[in-house]
Amino acid sequence: MADRTLAVASAHGLHARPAALFVKEVADSGQTVQLTKGERSVSAASILGVVSLGIEHGDEVTLSVEGDRADAVLDELSAFLLHDHDAS
Amino acid sequence: MSAASHDTTGLSTGHVETGAEEAPVALRGVGVGRGVAIGPALRMPDPIPEPRDEVSRRAPDEEAERARTALAATADELRTRGAVAGGTGGEILDALAMMADDPSLLADVESRAAAGATAEYAVHAAFGAFRDMLAGLGGYMGERAGDLDDVSRRVVARIMGLPTPGVPESDRPFVLVARDLAPADTAMLDLDQVLALVTSDGGPTSHTAILAREKGITAIVGVTGAEAIRAGELVLVDAALGLVTVHPDDATVSAARSREAARIAARSHAEGPGRLADGHAVPLLANIGSLESAREAVARGAEGVGLFRTEVLFLDAENAPSVADQQRQYREVFQLFPQRKVVVRVLDAGADKPLAFLTDQNEENPALGRRGLRALAAHEHVLRDQLTALAAAAAESEAEVQVMAPMVSTAGEAHYFRELAHEHGIATAGVMVEVPSCAILADHVAPKVDFMSIGTNDLTQYTFAADRLLGTVAGFQDPWHPAVLRLIQLVGRAGAENQVPVGICGEAAADPLLAVVLVGLGATSLSMSPSSIADVRAELALRTLDDARRLAALAVSAESAETARQAVIDATAASA
Repeated sequence: MADRTLAVASAHGLHARPAALFVKEVADSGQTVQLTKGERSVSAASILGVVSLGIEHGDEVTLSVEGDRADAVLDELSAFLLHDHDAS
Repeated sequence: MSAASHDTTGLSTGHVETGAEEAPVALRGVGVGRGVAIGPALRMPDPIPEPRDEVSRRAPDEEAERARTALAATADELRTRGAVAGGTGGEILDALAMMADDPSLLADVESRAAAGATAEYAVHAAFGAFRDMLAGLGGYMGERAGDLDDVSRRVVARIMGLPTPGVPESDRPFVLVARDLAPADTAMLDLDQVLALVTSDGGPTSHTAILAREKGITAIVGVTGAEAIRAGELVLVDAALGLVTVHPDDATVSAARSREAARIAARSHAEGPGRLADGHAVPLLANIGSLESAREAVARGAEGVGLFRTEVLFLDAENAPSVADQQRQYREVFQLFPQRKVVVRVLDAGADKPLAFLTDQNEENPALGRRGLRALAAHEHVLRDQLTALAAAAAESEAEVQVMAPMVSTAGEAHYFRELAHEHGIATAGVMVEVPSCAILADHVAPKVDFMSIGTNDLTQYTFAADRLLGTVAGFQDPWHPAVLRLIQLVGRAGAENQVPVGICGEAAADPLLAVVLVGLGATSLSMSPSSIADVRAELALRTLDDARRLAALAVSAESAETARQAVIDATAASA
């Protein structure tokens, strides 16, 4: 298992559109991914779970990836969260 | 048919199929505006019943499977539509699809089904739990809560075998037939595709009617028998007559077409100030609440402003804005109306629009509480500041600024307000007549004011003791009712005897035929939403003052709103 803690870069946090893109990446990766903010942890393949964390710009979250490509997928997903999807 | 796709009435289409095999059926309702439209009907599905928490008679596995199938099918449908739509719309539909096949949601649905819930209730409750969580987050996330409700309704409708709720989609213009439209439905409406609205419920002040009036859409509300109109049937919607004809024959269609053409011609000819056929002037003013609506009023040819609602500038304010701040905002509006009348209503706080610094908390019945002038008199510094700002802004523009007080119920209050306004250098000060006591005592009020302006919405609500915002008593909220018209008549008489102008500012003035009746009752100016001015101007130009008085006499002597309206429609149809 690989994990990393980082601050979300999107200007409006992980709301519907960036959240949908993120969840799609998770699903495409084929790995089991948990997303944790504070004390709550959700499956990152669930858009409702991700959105329910109410992640705002600059919030610290932890990504945990399990699977055969855990390290590579952790890098990809981290890069996603460190990019401002509201600016693009 | 592509030539017809931008035609908003459906009337310019050369040929319509007038279903010769079925006999015409005439249905009656309350017309909004004077327009005529013809086209195929599409039905708005009735809202789906909310699933109830009852114990399933199926096996838990079977319920889980019903839910899974419907969730997957809904996700597929949304994804397919998203692919067709493309762009931002496509992304939104894609996000909705992801909600429908969300693993956390499915887990929740499955555990509810395992505990014995029906598939429809399990889906409804699971979406509801996520919806409440999103709403609790507030802000952007909270606003997305409605998306979940939308997906939930789609899935539940599928499980129950009902048509998908929401506005029907069509690539051709259509007449939308519904029970009534909710604000959320109308927000989804593609107005370019809607030729007309027909509802079986709702009255002249229903949300549907207000939307239609604002957007200039032909509509008939409260149509008895509209439930029986089927999708695809050709309907003729004649708002002037309040008549919906299903399967109209050729003669009816061509008669309606020529009347509509005449109306459009009359509308384009009737320009300039409002006047009756005999030249009697009736200034047509606009109701505004913001700089934006003030600009629209100018664009629509309003002769001034009959009601400038100032509370909109104050909403969300913890404290009253400063005099300088108010002065700047008023000046921006006044500068749009040089040499024109602008009637400013001082802060009307309370009831449906409480203000933190004026409204008492915990009133059991705020519509009957310390609102309007009552609240201002109790916080006189707020009123004095506003009058100071208005006088200063008026001095910086060329508008003829007048002020009026809301919720005045006695001659004493009227006197108090005029003295205070004059003291602040505003020469013309009047009162709104919204409380029946003020109308009944109009002969005592008139000598104490420079003008009176009748707020028909509140006057109707207080006459019938029926909350204008409460759907269950919406049937009382009809300004055509002779009980309301008789009060207006008292005010009109008192105004004439004292040479005090009597304006109307309320939805009533926007109904062209009722506007004629109001002039017959003694109204000297009419103020309305800017989009209604053209139709009212055209209708006034057809009637003399004698006509107006004759129609008013018919209306006040009727027994009900329906018979008053019908008597006037019949009388005008006979003379046309």
